[in-house]
Amino acid sequence: MKNIAFFAVGIFFGITMTKSEAISWFRIHEMFRLESFHMFGIIGTAVVLGAIILQIMKRTKMKTWNGTVVGYNPLPFNLARHLISGTIFGLGWALVGCCPGPMYVLVGHGYWIVLVVIAGAILGTFSYGLVKHKLPH
Amino acid sequence: MKTTLTLGFVELISQPWHWSVSGAAIALVIFLLTWMGRSFGVSMTFKDTCGLFGAEKINDFFKVDWPNETWRMVFVFGGLAGGVIAGLYLRSPEAVAISQSTINHLSDWGLSYPEGDSKGLGFIPTAFFNFSSVKGIILALLGGFLVGFGSRYADGCTSGHGITGLAHLQLPSLVTVIGFFIGGLVMTHLLMPLIFG
Repeated sequence: MKNIAFFAVGIFFGITMTKSEAISWFRIHEMFRLESFHMFGIIGTAVVLGAIILQIMKRTKMKTWNGTVVGYNPLPFNLARHLISGTIFGLGWALVGCCPGPMYVLVGHGYWIVLVVIAGAILGTFSYGLVKHKLPH
Repeated sequence: MKTTLTLGFVELISQPWHWSVSGAAIALVIFLLTWMGRSFGVSMTFKDTCGLFGAEKINDFFKVDWPNETWRMVFVFGGLAGGVIAGLYLRSPEAVAISQSTINHLSDWGLSYPEGDSKGLGFIPTAFFNFSSVKGIILALLGGFLVGFGSRYADGCTSGHGITGLAHLQLPSLVTVIGFFIGGLVMTHLLMPLIFG
């Protein structure tokens, strides 16, 4: 039953990614050329509203539907790790013009070439798992 | 104003959404998933898929905590279904309206816009990324590889760090997002002119 709810939220997410135009390679390219406020407005609004919502949920000790309180498992901070990993991600994001969420949505739109991008992402994840122990964490 | 008021609901939401509406809709997704006891993040599905293909036999890193990861796969298939629905029933009247300066710059690369997209939606420059172009296929694979490698090394992508992590006021997420932009700016301004130009 719960999975139906997650599927429904996924549908809403897919529609949002489409209508926000965040799935557009052209929008991502324009963002990195700093030629439009559009993407910055979307991310900024989501982060600010999201932060307010999460703060309220935490401070009121609102229960989730599992009966737990809202929490977050913080990652240990490692400057090198986060800068390097973020940069690697950014290089790919700007080239293919989509991050993981929009990849799935674009397949839904029938852009079959994005299946190649997803295959690459799975391969990249697999490769990381193989060399993980050699990287700074 | 009169035309806006007389539009039906489907016509109304078929228009491209203002960035503030889009941002609020994403915040609603954060709220719903958090209330459902989960944390919004997509890139872990790539690791889950590695596990499905049997990578857990190679390395414990690929072991998937299945009952706790199932929701994520269901969620991204929902995202895919959302793409199908939006593509069939909520198509915008015109292609994505990027700025004129970006359009001019793309024409220098021989990417006419929105004809850069075979579907005329302005979502992917299919004149470049298509199955008849070996270069396009290789770069699609390479770009995907970098996204997959980087997001797992970072332990999150745009959703997990860029949205959820920042909304939880996490310093590692902020540094990761700065990395996203370093990489993105380098690719867009230094490398892509060599690839596309």
